[in-house]
Amino acid sequence: MSEMLLEVKGIKKYFPIKSGFLRRTTGHVKAVDGVSFQLKKGETLGIVGESGCGKSTTGRMIMRVLEPTEGSILFEGQDIAKMSPGSLRKLRKDFQMVFQDPYSSLNQKMTVRDLIAEPFRIHNQPLSHSEIDGAVCRLLETVGLRTGDRFRHPHEFSGGQRQRIVIARALALNPKLIVADEAVSALDVSIQSQILNLMVDLKREYNLSYIFISHNLAVVKHISDRVGVMYLGNMVELAPKQGLFAQPLHPYTEALLSAAPEPKRIERRERIILQGDVPSPANPPHGCPFHTRCPKAFDRCAMERPALKEVVPDHQVACFLY
Amino acid sequence: MGKKLMEIRDLKTYFQTKNALIRAVDGIDLDVEEGQIVCIVGESGSGKSVTSLSIMRLLPGPKGRITSGEVRFEGKDLSKLSEKEMDAVRGDRISMIFQEPMTALNPVMKVGKQIEEVLLRHRKVTKSEAKSKAIETLRFVGVPRAEHIVNEYPHQLSGGMRQRVMIAMAMVCEPRLLIADEPTTALDVTIQIQVLELMKKMRDERKTSIILITHDLGVVAEMADHVVVMYAGQVVESTGADAIFEKPMHPYTQALLASIPSLEEDKEVLYSIPGTVPSAGAFPKGCRFADRCSSAQPSCTEEMPELREVLPEHFVRCALVPNGGAA
Repeated sequence: MSEMLLEVKGIKKYFPIKSGFLRRTTGHVKAVDGVSFQLKKGETLGIVGESGCGKSTTGRMIMRVLEPTEGSILFEGQDIAKMSPGSLRKLRKDFQMVFQDPYSSLNQKMTVRDLIAEPFRIHNQPLSHSEIDGAVCRLLETVGLRTGDRFRHPHEFSGGQRQRIVIARALALNPKLIVADEAVSALDVSIQSQILNLMVDLKREYNLSYIFISHNLAVVKHISDRVGVMYLGNMVELAPKQGLFAQPLHPYTEALLSAAPEPKRIERRERIILQGDVPSPANPPHGCPFHTRCPKAFDRCAMERPALKEVVPDHQVACFLY
Repeated sequence: MGKKLMEIRDLKTYFQTKNALIRAVDGIDLDVEEGQIVCIVGESGSGKSVTSLSIMRLLPGPKGRITSGEVRFEGKDLSKLSEKEMDAVRGDRISMIFQEPMTALNPVMKVGKQIEEVLLRHRKVTKSEAKSKAIETLRFVGVPRAEHIVNEYPHQLSGGMRQRVMIAMAMVCEPRLLIADEPTTALDVTIQIQVLELMKKMRDERKTSIILITHDLGVVAEMADHVVVMYAGQVVESTGADAIFEKPMHPYTQALLASIPSLEEDKEVLYSIPGTVPSAGAFPKGCRFADRCSSAQPSCTEEMPELREVLPEHFVRCALVPNGGAA
C-alpha cells in the first residue's frame, strides 16, 4: 500500500444566488455537494462528467483557488481547506494546475523564459540568473521544446506547444500533484496524443500524481488508474479504471459510456439514450440527483440520496440498486 | 448507388491577406448522393469549414473567394449564381447548422419567430400557418412543450435544446441538403447522442442528405456513409465509412486513427504524429503531409501526389499506396 497524498472528505461548494435590489442571497447553486475521495502518491485519478457536474469546481477547491463551503482537503496530512493564506503559500509549490486553454493561461507580453521562471521568483528561490536560465532550458527540453525558443512570446507557438509551455511552468518547482482541467480538450487529436504521452512520461520521471479532469471518457480511460464519475455535484461512482469501464455499476455511468461514440464500425451493445437535460444545480432534484433521468429509478430514489459505498472491492457506487 | 445530389469539382477557395495568399481549400472533389451522410474530417486548419462556407457562398469577401472549380447542385453551379439566386437556395434547398447555437440564434427574438422567418422568406404562407409549421417542426426535433417553447428566447433554453431549435430552423423548409459544421462539439455526450440520432431521423424520414463536418472520429463512425479526410486544404482520402475504419490507406488517416484513445481497447502508448500542420500560407511543394509522415520517401517532398482511385470507390492521395491498395 503506497502512501496517501491527498484525502478529500465531504467537500461542498455552494455559490450564493443574489437577486433583488439589496442583493440578498435567495438560494444556492450547489456546484459540489459532498465529494470524498483519496489519491495515492504516483496515482492518476480521472474525474469525468458532463458540464455543470462540478468536476472543475472540485479541481479548483483542491488547488484552493476556490474556498470550499464545507469539508476538508488533507494534502500530506495537512488540511489545506482551512489553512491561512500565509502557510498555504509555502505549500502551493507542491500542487500545480494545467488549464484547458493555453491561450489564456500564458501572459502574451512575457517571453517563454520569463513565464517559466516566474514560479522561481514568486517562491523566492535563491537562484542566480544563470541557474534560472539553466533550469528553464532543462524544463523546455523535458517538455519537448527547443531551448532556443525561450526568448520568443506565446503567440509564436501553436496550441500544442503552448500547452507544453504551461506544463513546463507547472513542473518548475517539482510539484507532487498536478490538477489538469481539460488539459487536452482544446487540442487537435494528433496534438492531443502528443500531450497525453508527454504527461504519462513526466509522471514516471517526476513521480507525479495527477487529478485529470475531462469530459472525454476515452482520454480519461487512457491516462487514469482510477476514475470517478460526477453528476450534478455528486460523485456517483469511483473505481479502478478496468472495473469501471468493463462493468459500470451506476446507471449514469452506463448511459455515459454507451453514449460515447467509438471510432469503430462495429455493432455495439444496446445504446441507452437518456431523455432530457441535466437538472439545474440551483434546484437539484430531491433524493438521488440522477433519478429524474434514470431508466432504472424506483420510489426510494426520489426520497433519499444514496451514499457512495463499496459494493465490489475498491469499487464504490452511490445507487440503491446495490 | 444513389442519385447524385451535389458534385463538387476542383474547388479552390483562397484568401488574400496583406502578406500571403492563403490556400484554405485547394482543389477538392466531393460527391453527395441523395439521402447520404458524408462526413468531412480533419484537424483545425484543414479547410473543412471553409469548404462548407464555400458551398453556401458565405465567405467573408472580398478577402476570401472561390478562385476556381464548380459546385453542382440540382443542375446549377452554385459558385456562379447571383447573390439573389443564392438567397433562394440558402435556407430552402440547402441549410446549415453551426457549432455554437448561442451565437447563431438571435438572442432578442423568440425562437418561434426565428423559425417562422425562414418560412415567410421562402414560402407563400400566412403567419399563422408559419407558426403551426414551426411548432410541428419543433415537435419533430424532439422539443417538449413545443407550443410554449416558441415563445421563449434562446437564453432560456439549454445547449441541447438550442441546437434542436437550430436544426428545426434548418429543416423547416425541408431542404435537400443539410450542412452541419461541428454540430455536437459544444454538447455533452449524452446530449450529443440525442442530436446525432435526430440527424439520422431526418435522413431516414425526410431523405435529407447531410454533409457533417467534424474532427471527432467517433462521430464519423456513428454517422457516416462516406468519409472524406482533409489535410492542409486537400482531400487525402475519400471512401466508404467501413473502409476508412477497417483499411485506411493514407498514412495520415492511419496515424489519426492510431492517435486517439479508445474505450474498447487499451493502448499502452498512443501514436503521435510529430510536428504540426503546415501553415496555409506556405505549403510545401510536394506532399503536404510528408514532413510528418513516418513512411515518407525523399521523392514525397518533390512532387504533389494525385488523388487516385486505388480500389473501386477508394481514393487516396499518396504516391506510396500502389493501385489495388495493400501498402
